[in-house]
Amino acid sequence: MKKVLSRIYLAFIFILLYAPIAVLILFSFNNSRTRAKWGGWTLKWYAEMFRNDSIMSALSNTLLVAVLSALIATLLGLMAALSLNTMKRRKRTVILSAINIPMLNAEIVTGISLMLIFIGLGQFLSRWGYMVEFGFGTVLIGHVTFNLPYTVLSISPKLRQVNTSTYEAALDLGASRLLAFRKVVLPDILSGILSGFMLAFTLSLDDFVITHFTKGPGFDTLSTKIYTEVRKGIKPEMYALSTLLFVSVLVLLLVFGRNRKGESKK
Amino acid sequence: MSTKLIDLQHISKSFDGQMVLDDLNLYIRENEFLTLLGPSGCGKTTTLRILGGFETPDTGRVIFDGSDITDLAPNKRQLNTVFQKYALFTHMTIAENIAFGLRIRKKSEDYIRDKIRYALKLVNLDGYENRMPDSLSGGQQQRIAIARAIVNEPKVLLLDEPLGALDLKLRQDMQYELIRLKNELGITFIYVTHDQEEALTMSDTIVVMNQGYIQQIGTPEDIYNEPENAFVADFIGDSNILGGTMVQDKLVIIQGVKFACVDTGFGVNKPVDVVIRPEDLEMTALPDDAVEGSDAYQAAVRTITKFNPGYLEGRVSHLIFKGVHYEMEVMSGGFEWLVHSTRMFPVGTRVLMSVDPFNIQIMNKPASEDEQAVGVEGM
Amino acid sequence: MKRQNPLLSGPYLIWTAAFIIIPLLMIVYYGLTDKTGAFTWSNVLQMGTPERMKALILSLILSLIATAVCLVMAYPLALILTNMKVGATGFIVTIFIIPMWMNSLLRILAWQTLLERNGVINQILGFLHLPKLYLINTPYAIALGMIYDFLPFMLLPIYNALEKIDQNVVNAAYDLGANKFQTFWKVIFPLTIPGVISGITMVFVPALTTFVISDFLGGSKVLLIGNVIEHQFTQVGDWNVGSGLSLVLMIFILISMAVMQHYDKGDAEGVVL
Repeated sequence: MKKVLSRIYLAFIFILLYAPIAVLILFSFNNSRTRAKWGGWTLKWYAEMFRNDSIMSALSNTLLVAVLSALIATLLGLMAALSLNTMKRRKRTVILSAINIPMLNAEIVTGISLMLIFIGLGQFLSRWGYMVEFGFGTVLIGHVTFNLPYTVLSISPKLRQVNTSTYEAALDLGASRLLAFRKVVLPDILSGILSGFMLAFTLSLDDFVITHFTKGPGFDTLSTKIYTEVRKGIKPEMYALSTLLFVSVLVLLLVFGRNRKGESKK
Repeated sequence: MSTKLIDLQHISKSFDGQMVLDDLNLYIRENEFLTLLGPSGCGKTTTLRILGGFETPDTGRVIFDGSDITDLAPNKRQLNTVFQKYALFTHMTIAENIAFGLRIRKKSEDYIRDKIRYALKLVNLDGYENRMPDSLSGGQQQRIAIARAIVNEPKVLLLDEPLGALDLKLRQDMQYELIRLKNELGITFIYVTHDQEEALTMSDTIVVMNQGYIQQIGTPEDIYNEPENAFVADFIGDSNILGGTMVQDKLVIIQGVKFACVDTGFGVNKPVDVVIRPEDLEMTALPDDAVEGSDAYQAAVRTITKFNPGYLEGRVSHLIFKGVHYEMEVMSGGFEWLVHSTRMFPVGTRVLMSVDPFNIQIMNKPASEDEQAVGVEGM
Repeated sequence: MKRQNPLLSGPYLIWTAAFIIIPLLMIVYYGLTDKTGAFTWSNVLQMGTPERMKALILSLILSLIATAVCLVMAYPLALILTNMKVGATGFIVTIFIIPMWMNSLLRILAWQTLLERNGVINQILGFLHLPKLYLINTPYAIALGMIYDFLPFMLLPIYNALEKIDQNVVNAAYDLGANKFQTFWKVIFPLTIPGVISGITMVFVPALTTFVISDFLGGSKVLLIGNVIEHQFTQVGDWNVGSGLSLVLMIFILISMAVMQHYDKGDAEGVVL
């Protein structure tokens, strides 16, 4: 009885989570310009999305910002985690709380504050004839900023599990610090680095609020493009593209997951 | 003989098709300190969990004080458990931990306060009421876990490797502590451990288990002096176990030499296992140049045959000082004998070696895997 | 590894100062000054207009409801998943992370289709001969969107807290005579409070401050405080008032964080996933 109830509950949650996704995937095959009516099955939006320049540029912006911001945030996060690890507890807590602000604070406030600093910076630099242009650069900085806590928090706990004496043993056996780090520490924290990167990439890919406040006119990611399109009606190509992205990530995850399972069986 | 308090009848249990307990039969008397001893995976912890109610046996019954408790929930049983790694409630103070069972039973606050004080005194931790478990050392946490269990006045206390996480010195102290507690409380202790020394020190009765079967049940002396099979002999203490042939009653051939022994009833010319404890081996030095039949050789033979007409010749290959005694390895006829002696024989010494007939333990050779694992019922 | 290069800490310290600390101070500065740069409380007091108070109160009510519903839904779910044991961690990742790979704006948008007058839900109700529900552009729709969007944030910390409980601690409670109900309320639930608190914060703050969910599911009929602030910055362009309103909003966030800090004595690093 209890088992049946929990199965039913799981199914309910599953439907709640996946119903909207099913709807979106359905739209991508809808042979009609509006969501309001069903016009039969079609694959044409999958072909047309590649001919839609504004969607393609939004896609490339989205992917570029996601990859770059995840890379930079992971690198900065790794450095942060390394130096946090050697700090006294109190100092570490202070710095960690500062890094955590974008994670705990409201996105809208983070977005606004970044917008204000870019404007302020622009006014400051204009005295020397420089300017801050809202666009790719400002969005990238914004994404790195909100990704940073996630990469630090993915790497830091792994680093604390590293056995200090193995690192010291490597030094003792004549390895340089860099070599000792690469050969002894890095393998132990690699999973943290990778999961930090993946988390940052995912968050960046899906971000709307920070991008909304830092992008300026003329620059769009998929999210901001969807937001502006909502009132006039979303182009069906967008559903097709999102479905394609969703499915490709799903396939990647399944392949990746299967590989990992195979490894652990060995 | 006092009465059976707990009776485990034909208990079998398997996990994922893996047999963990196979038709186990065991009874426990009132007021007994019984230890389930064996290597990891032998089924001792499963047996304890079945007693505690955390596992249900696939077949068989658990009889407690005359009534069947096989399907009774853990919270309805008159026994309490001290868990491995303590399992204290980290969000409660020490006093709240100890009071947990009493509050569940809706005892008065006065009663609870007295009980907490009594229990803390019993485990030598007076004044720790308001500390949090995390602030205590491992040994202290273990005492609190014991206090938390005994305030409920269980008839039986189950202890699942309670000293496993403690260091050696603390472990030894806690052993005496547990014996004292047992005597003060006058209740039954069922103790699970893989540490044979712990078992020998504390128990009234030891149940040696392996691969889901009981290998031997007996007092610590029985188990140590008269192991019933090679597994028990090997698991309890150090021993020399080797094949031999029982020529007839009271005569066994070891490494081609006839030795007097005291065992009977094995038949004629039967292959058997022979167990000899290292401290039971007697040795005498033999000059390197003494040829067989020479005076020096005969003198040594006379010395050694005081113990047994049979003797072996060998050479000391290893020597370690162990404090109370010397531990030596003696090569003889391709077998490496382990010898404990208060006398030192330097490495390379040629020796004659023998053993008192009483100290030769003869065991039936297991014909097959199955027979090796045959349970030994009763005592 | 005690002797790390001190230069290692440089880049992110600079980054933290430049893009986290100083920007927040700028909000404080704009929020407490007027166009000429003189100190004033007027921007903060702008929150007092009836329209904005209505938005703020509605935001508080909806986010509290969403948080409560998320908790009530996520806790049993976390219990079920914990009891499944084998491979549950893989399962939970699969089931709750995968939807995140579909653009979140689109996912919320999809609820429009489900909730519309002639949407999927009403068609099902019609098929069952039940009365239609007016869901879209109501506060209910917004609350539903919040619950849908933030449920995983409640689930994951609770699941992690439950996972960490030693089965023997639960067994100890049974052993000492507690029944299932007592064991849950006296042992399991108290041990998951840090997870619950961090789940509450992770749902409450984004729900309180969202403007996308209300935009999509509330139409222009229902305004939340997030919409009011966003409007100030992107449409009106009055940063002083916008910052003043943000300061008020941040007070609520700080209160919720202080509450979290109070209950969650654990390490700050326990917060994430």
